[in-house]
Amino acid sequence: MVTVVDYKAGNLTSVVKALRFLKAEVSVATHADTLETATCIVLPGVGHFAATARLDQSGMTQAIRKAIARGVPFLGICVGMQWLFAGSSEAPHQPGLGYFSQQVTRFPSNQEKVPHVGWNQLEFAADSPLLQGISSGEHAYFTHAWRAPVTHQTIATTRYIEPFAAACQHRRVCGVQFHPEKSSTTGLKILGNFLEMSTC
Amino acid sequence: MLTRRIIACLDVRDGRVVKGVQFVDIIDAGDPAELAQRHAAGGADEIVLLDITASHEGRATLLETVRRTAEQLFIPFTVGGGIRTLNDASAVFDAGADKVSLNSAALQTPELITAIGAEYGSQAVVVAIDARRDVQAEDAVRSARVFTHGGRRDAGRTVVEWACEAERRGAGEILLTSMDADGTRAGFDCELTAEVSRAVNIPVIASGGAGSIDHFADVFTAGCADAALAASIFHFGVSSARSLKEQLAARQIPVRLPC
Repeated sequence: MVTVVDYKAGNLTSVVKALRFLKAEVSVATHADTLETATCIVLPGVGHFAATARLDQSGMTQAIRKAIARGVPFLGICVGMQWLFAGSSEAPHQPGLGYFSQQVTRFPSNQEKVPHVGWNQLEFAADSPLLQGISSGEHAYFTHAWRAPVTHQTIATTRYIEPFAAACQHRRVCGVQFHPEKSSTTGLKILGNFLEMSTC
Repeated sequence: MLTRRIIACLDVRDGRVVKGVQFVDIIDAGDPAELAQRHAAGGADEIVLLDITASHEGRATLLETVRRTAEQLFIPFTVGGGIRTLNDASAVFDAGADKVSLNSAALQTPELITAIGAEYGSQAVVVAIDARRDVQAEDAVRSARVFTHGGRRDAGRTVVEWACEAERRGAGEILLTSMDADGTRAGFDCELTAEVSRAVNIPVIASGGAGSIDHFADVFTAGCADAALAASIFHFGVSSARSLKEQLAARQIPVRLPC
């Protein structure tokens, strides 16, 4: 069973639909209680980093922190990945989970258009079960103006103005800046890999 | 490298795909869900569904069409036509759209752009502009005007100024249709597209006039377009997005391949 966290940031429809297409059983969590028994968690997210305040207010931040400590596999998508970091300049007073210690910052706006919208290439930075069966250079769909820096937990980078973290993983905690649910066969494969990693 | 997008457009009326030439002469081209699947499998980077049903009863049909089309579509999916309120937009998102396209409603109520952006993120708001060059003006391109109601009504403002305002209000992308070029298959309006693309810092999708590979190559180079949209070129088997992209790649234009 995959628990998809609903914190009213954009709509969940696409993520839930893609997981169900991959034959996963999906439940949608709107309260912290539901997360206490979760065995696999997906945190989607489009829109503003400030929306993650609702995770704090609802107690879901603590519940996710505990779940990760129990070893529950976790996948954050887009803002859901950014939330794994210490915080974002998009909402400086709103802390992230801090699982990764760095800050998320905005693309510089003096060279290319910002936001970064469209299909761009994943360049592998490290081996990861999340990227099994994918080739370096495959395209994924991005839409974002803030991005996480490349660190030793980055498993794939993407170049826009400069390289940024397209995907990161440490133990069973994963994050992807792109939208796997909108990245055609490449994206579905990555979601499938996550389900496999966690056998949920 | 960020690629240029090829977007397949489905103009839908009463649940069927139709294609007009310069907004008239409607021809039936099939089932939207089926065509969207075919375009996605054929290598399109994105699907846009524009509903041109005028009737109120048509709304329920549209939502059902969106639901069916979105069901097994794993590439970005934009829906436009008749979205006048945040509630209309919410219904379309709930049915499975990733983005909504606003046209005359955004002109009448520009706050709608901001309201939908606040709820769903600005990446989910596309502002569609129907543009026509002002042939009487000294600079016909810079003075190009915005039209509504299928091109019958002058909205009383220039395209560049409205595109900039839409960006300021939180639009995530601009879908620019040249009414002069639409349906002619004689090429995109590259000059107008470049003018708008340089004026804003958000992606501009060029629409209207696609008829050959050259036209796409031109709009991505001279036209500075981030994406290009076409309808009839795909429906009638003239070309698949994949073959189009292979030929663009051969001309050093970055596209998503394999796809």
